[in-house]
Amino acid sequence: MERAYLDNARSGPVRDRVAAETTRLLQGFEAAGAVQVDPPALLAADTLLDLYGEHIRANAYLTRDDEGEQVLRPDFTVPIAQQHMAQAAEPARYAYAGPVWRKQSEEARNREYLQVGLEIYDADAANADADVFATVAGLLAPYGLSIATGDMGLVLAAIDSLNTSDIRKAALRRHLWRPARFQMLLNRFGKGHADWVAERSSLIELSLSGQSAKAIKSAGKAVGLRSVKDVETRLARLAKDADTPPLEEAEVALIAQVLALTGSLADVLEHLPDLAARSKQLATAVEQFQARSDALAGRGLDLRSIPFEGSFGRTRLEYYDGFVFGFHAPHRKDLPALATGGRYDALTRQLGQGRSVPAVGAMIRPEALIALGEV
Amino acid sequence: MLKLGVPSKGRLQDATFQWFADRGVTLSRSGSGREYAGKVDGVAGVELVLLSAGEVPRELSAGRIHLGVTGLDLIEEKFNVPEREVTALAQLGFGHADLVLAVPDFWIDVDTLEDLDAVAAAFRESHGHRLRIATKYHALVRKFLTRHQIADYMLIDSQGATEGTVKNLTAEAIADITTSGETLRANHLKILSDGLILASQATLFASKNADWAQARAPLSELCTLLGVDCPELG
Repeated sequence: MERAYLDNARSGPVRDRVAAETTRLLQGFEAAGAVQVDPPALLAADTLLDLYGEHIRANAYLTRDDEGEQVLRPDFTVPIAQQHMAQAAEPARYAYAGPVWRKQSEEARNREYLQVGLEIYDADAANADADVFATVAGLLAPYGLSIATGDMGLVLAAIDSLNTSDIRKAALRRHLWRPARFQMLLNRFGKGHADWVAERSSLIELSLSGQSAKAIKSAGKAVGLRSVKDVETRLARLAKDADTPPLEEAEVALIAQVLALTGSLADVLEHLPDLAARSKQLATAVEQFQARSDALAGRGLDLRSIPFEGSFGRTRLEYYDGFVFGFHAPHRKDLPALATGGRYDALTRQLGQGRSVPAVGAMIRPEALIALGEV
Repeated sequence: MLKLGVPSKGRLQDATFQWFADRGVTLSRSGSGREYAGKVDGVAGVELVLLSAGEVPRELSAGRIHLGVTGLDLIEEKFNVPEREVTALAQLGFGHADLVLAVPDFWIDVDTLEDLDAVAAAFRESHGHRLRIATKYHALVRKFLTRHQIADYMLIDSQGATEGTVKNLTAEAIADITTSGETLRANHLKILSDGLILASQATLFASKNADWAQARAPLSELCTLLGVDCPELG
């Protein structure tokens, strides 16, 4: 079977170029202070299923043995985070190189992909973000790629600063990475609130008049683990939501405004004081943005030449919840992003069952880099 | 020679033979009733291959048959990217089967996928695991729920008596094929108002992976007889 993006690359000169590039990238990460680690290729599937949900089955190769379901690693981030959290030695920097496996999809015809990456666990988020980005940018400089960056932290802060119930905020946070459903929720909590209440009026009425238990029992036999009580709780929740005032248009506009931020990091920095004035959550996120930008500038990067898009990282980079970035070759539509990375504090919180570690990482695709030169 | 794969037995075979016969192509089994061999009259250069309907997708994908009759549900379930393997020539108007998503009747708070999504989040919080949906059609259900951006569910494999899994506490909801909905009702389940995952029927498919060099002439003749648009293949 061929290598991803390359012909005749299992042996001979193309193979040698891939190997040499992989070594160069690894050395670059080691120079940034990382130690090399070798996570297992076969992982327990339940962790990944709990993190990503069922649709990982469409993307990853799963198999079963006597101990349960196993998965061929679809990325390195999760096994490295697991290993780090088990040892709990922080701060730490890790580098890795090796294949990941993904099922064929409409966009991708390969199954096996080489990745070389860097992961940093360090409480000093701004400097860790800047180190990962500057290291990758430095290593990829010879290829003349275009850059995209974003900050999911600003979007999350905009949600948290909404003047509404915690239930609504949690629902919005949960669907941040599913834009269509996110938009649907935003509409339902805002302009669509009155219509929604009207549609649900009979159910809401049942709960308010204390008739829910009776109505539930007469609707059918109570089968299954979800109980009559669970249904009653949801009805009460609907009634409570009906009674919660709709989101004001200015608040919905604030989220749209954050998602629509665009320009260079230097441009965006000029708009940030306005955002920071809107809430203390946004003020904190803006401080982070400012500190990261200072750290990037401190590493000799020109903030005027790094583009920013408020919505970047929202669809594909599911677990990122802070700074996000990607490197692309616009003239090669056949190739994916040559490198992607970002902050994933929430993922470590899920893996650590309450305990979390500030984490940021990036991965580069050496096969795609060599393919850039093999026109 | 063009190889045409059709179901090897039962109502699906009878209906397939009738559909072709109505268009002047006579399919028949040769030899004794138990022998899986057949012949084609009314068009030259077509060979009949009798197969289990479940094997038709695989044979089409491998290019061992050029055309095949099977349910749309089986094709959609089998391949991540069906358009790469086959192209549909004609819907045959029988073998109707709806794959639907159903929940207990007493869930009066759940009518739509949006409700199911909200309930899945609350269920995970209060019960400590994702809401379980029992099904045999894993890929179809997953694709549907991904397309509708539903989270916090898990699929449980059920190869039969799927409607009973909720009562047996192995699932909270089910996705299964239904024709009349009677089994669902008997098991205290209702279909979500937007819970139709796929309306399937018997369909004539052409393989995109078969060697069409020697099969193009019979295909063209067959398409004319059947009254279907002939695709560019191979």
